[in-house]
Amino acid sequence: MDFINAIILLLNYIFIPALTYGSQLALGAIFVTLIYGILRFANFATGDMMSFGTMATILFTWYFQSLGVSLGVLPTALLAIPFGIIFMIMYMLLIDKFVFKYYRYQKSPPVQFAMVSIGVMFVTQAVVRIIIGPADRRFFDGEKFIIKAREFKEMTGLNEGLALKSTQVITIFVTIVLVSLLFWFLNRTKTGKSMKAYSDNEDLALLSGIDPKKIVLVTWIIAGILATIGGALYGLDKSFKPFTYFNNMLPIFAAAIVGGIGNPFGAFLGGYVIAFSEILLTYAYKKFFMYVLPVSMEPDSLVQLLSTDYKFAVSFSILVIVLIYRPSGIFKGKVL
Amino acid sequence: MRKNLNVIAAYSIMMALILLVGIFQSWNIALSIFNLCLISAVMTMGANIQWGYAGLINFGIMGYTALGGLAAVLISVDPVQEAWRAGGFDILMSLWLIVVMVLVIRFILKRFEKSKIRTYSIAAIIISGIILIRFSAEPGIEAIEAVDPAKTGFLGGFGLPIIFSWIVGALFAGGLAFIVGKVALGLRADYLAIATLLISEIVIAIIKHEDWLTRGVKNVIGLKRPAPYEVDLQTTDWFINLVEKFNSGKLSVIENLADRQAALNQLVIEGSSVFVKLCYSGLFLVVVIILLILTQKALYSPWGRMMRAIRDNEEAANAMGKNVVKQHLLIFILGSAIVGIAGAMLVTQDGLFTPGSYRPMRYTFLIWVMVIVGGSGNNFGAILGGFVVWFLWIEAAPISLFLINFFTTGIPETNALKAHLIESVPYFRFLMMGLGLLFIMRYRPKGILPEKIEIK
Repeated sequence: MDFINAIILLLNYIFIPALTYGSQLALGAIFVTLIYGILRFANFATGDMMSFGTMATILFTWYFQSLGVSLGVLPTALLAIPFGIIFMIMYMLLIDKFVFKYYRYQKSPPVQFAMVSIGVMFVTQAVVRIIIGPADRRFFDGEKFIIKAREFKEMTGLNEGLALKSTQVITIFVTIVLVSLLFWFLNRTKTGKSMKAYSDNEDLALLSGIDPKKIVLVTWIIAGILATIGGALYGLDKSFKPFTYFNNMLPIFAAAIVGGIGNPFGAFLGGYVIAFSEILLTYAYKKFFMYVLPVSMEPDSLVQLLSTDYKFAVSFSILVIVLIYRPSGIFKGKVL
Repeated sequence: MRKNLNVIAAYSIMMALILLVGIFQSWNIALSIFNLCLISAVMTMGANIQWGYAGLINFGIMGYTALGGLAAVLISVDPVQEAWRAGGFDILMSLWLIVVMVLVIRFILKRFEKSKIRTYSIAAIIISGIILIRFSAEPGIEAIEAVDPAKTGFLGGFGLPIIFSWIVGALFAGGLAFIVGKVALGLRADYLAIATLLISEIVIAIIKHEDWLTRGVKNVIGLKRPAPYEVDLQTTDWFINLVEKFNSGKLSVIENLADRQAALNQLVIEGSSVFVKLCYSGLFLVVVIILLILTQKALYSPWGRMMRAIRDNEEAANAMGKNVVKQHLLIFILGSAIVGIAGAMLVTQDGLFTPGSYRPMRYTFLIWVMVIVGGSGNNFGAILGGFVVWFLWIEAAPISLFLINFFTTGIPETNALKAHLIESVPYFRFLMMGLGLLFIMRYRPKGILPEKIEIK
């Protein structure tokens, strides 16, 4: 019995939250990796682009709520996401036309691109804050829990409860669907294959008649979808605050590089690597050991490897270690 | 003279702008902008050495600034005797453990050939060392943090004059840069940017949460000053006389003696804070000028030429027998050390250390905007960038408020859109910075004052 309790404890506090957080990071990381692989620069505006997409989603959510449209038990935001995506893609294409295109034609070095993306980051941050403000906003509605901790306890008679939030299930489900669609697109369709070719060797791809304009357009569209959905899911699960989104850029970068930048599958797994290591290393295992070990061996301290304050520091340390020992990432990078 | 006309013109315009702020807003605001411009100028000089001279991208400026600030705390605060008695021994033991660990690792690295076993044993030593240190330091840290947590709760510093911290801050930042450089400098440019950004976040996380050393988010307030206190000045005779002399024209107009005394008091209060700020300006100017002379000399020395050669063509420089790796490390340390000085200056001026306020937007990306806008590779350009960008950063809100009112004159005050825009005036500064950076990068990619290399 104690053993099952211990398992439930880990499921509730480590496995499910890490899987959710990892999915959100994974979507962002694939976004970073796609931009890096095809447009060839590190996009420092990642976090703020995600917050722009989320902002558009929130505005549409409010609009639908004011019309009285809802999805019943599901959050209204799910209905608003497609509209948010359209706005996000429009914004990205606009920025590409006025900012990035010039440097692409100039064949500027990646560092210059990164600097330009910092300019875009400042502008996007301003736009988001001017439109919706810097405050913390929750836009979740509908049924909050699928299983409540108390109900679970009554149902099974265990000591430990297992709470399952609907946002967690939605996040994981949407991520699986979206990522499988994306890999199908990249590996099976003609456009996807030409994107891979372009990423692999630009000159060769151009010689074989691949239209670079189309590739760039499709990349931004996919990026817009990923950014909006990733951002909106994070906002639904936690809350929307522009500053947090800016900060999330850092673990997202970590995930993309750990997975091998330029490699979408690596980025997808990298998200989970980062999320699980952050949560595993900062969780206090005292209660777990109380269940597993006999009473005499119970630990006095919290059995916490690192305090939760160092959550971000964990992922960055992993990144630094990976950069030193395996700069191309755990999964080989630069192969889209 | 002719050659430097654009430099002189740019600086005169900048000074005129600050004077205008002094005349139209107040001298207090003008001087505080000027002081922070000077500090920003020091930071941009540091970043410019790395980026402009050597082409190294360092997005970790925030971390070095914070370390400089930490130096100011550790140098100037009086030691907390009680905390030292409570937990000093444990902390010193942990420090000793760290030293032993580093020495053991160095020994292994030197003694054994590179192999899998070596890598794993080093990893094992590091992990077990961290666990050991954690357990040995735990009681000491708890004891220290329990000592009067509302006021101290940390070890304190050395109780020396805060000016020394400017040098110590440079040493701290240089030390960190040495470690970071050893680890990360081999990376490609954009990887290096991300790695340094993340390392600086780790530094901030440590400073924020190691309360026994830095008081963490509880902040350290009331640091010693290198300048006199306003309250003391207001009761000093020579200062009151000075203010009287300066404003004799204004005061003599007032007939009533009581009114005249009240006016004088007001002027003394205003004057005292202006005087204190002027003291800081003087100190900062000395630092800026010394650094400017040194960096200019370095730029036109054989060493500077070598750095440019490395920046422009690493392979060629390598082939000519220049040690690229060593020079990169050196310049990374030098630039970071200068940023460390700026961090200590900043805390000295504010008189408080708030780890929570170190954010990458303000301390990393804004500094980069300054370098790019001013002109990388040119010290005068970098300093100008610090001035222009900081000035805009502060004055962006009034400027955009004026613009909003100007364009919406016909619309009534109650209009929702206008009210919303006026409410979000503080965020227009981000817009200005972003657009400024994008325009400069597009139409004047070398900055306002571009780099010129004179070959004599």
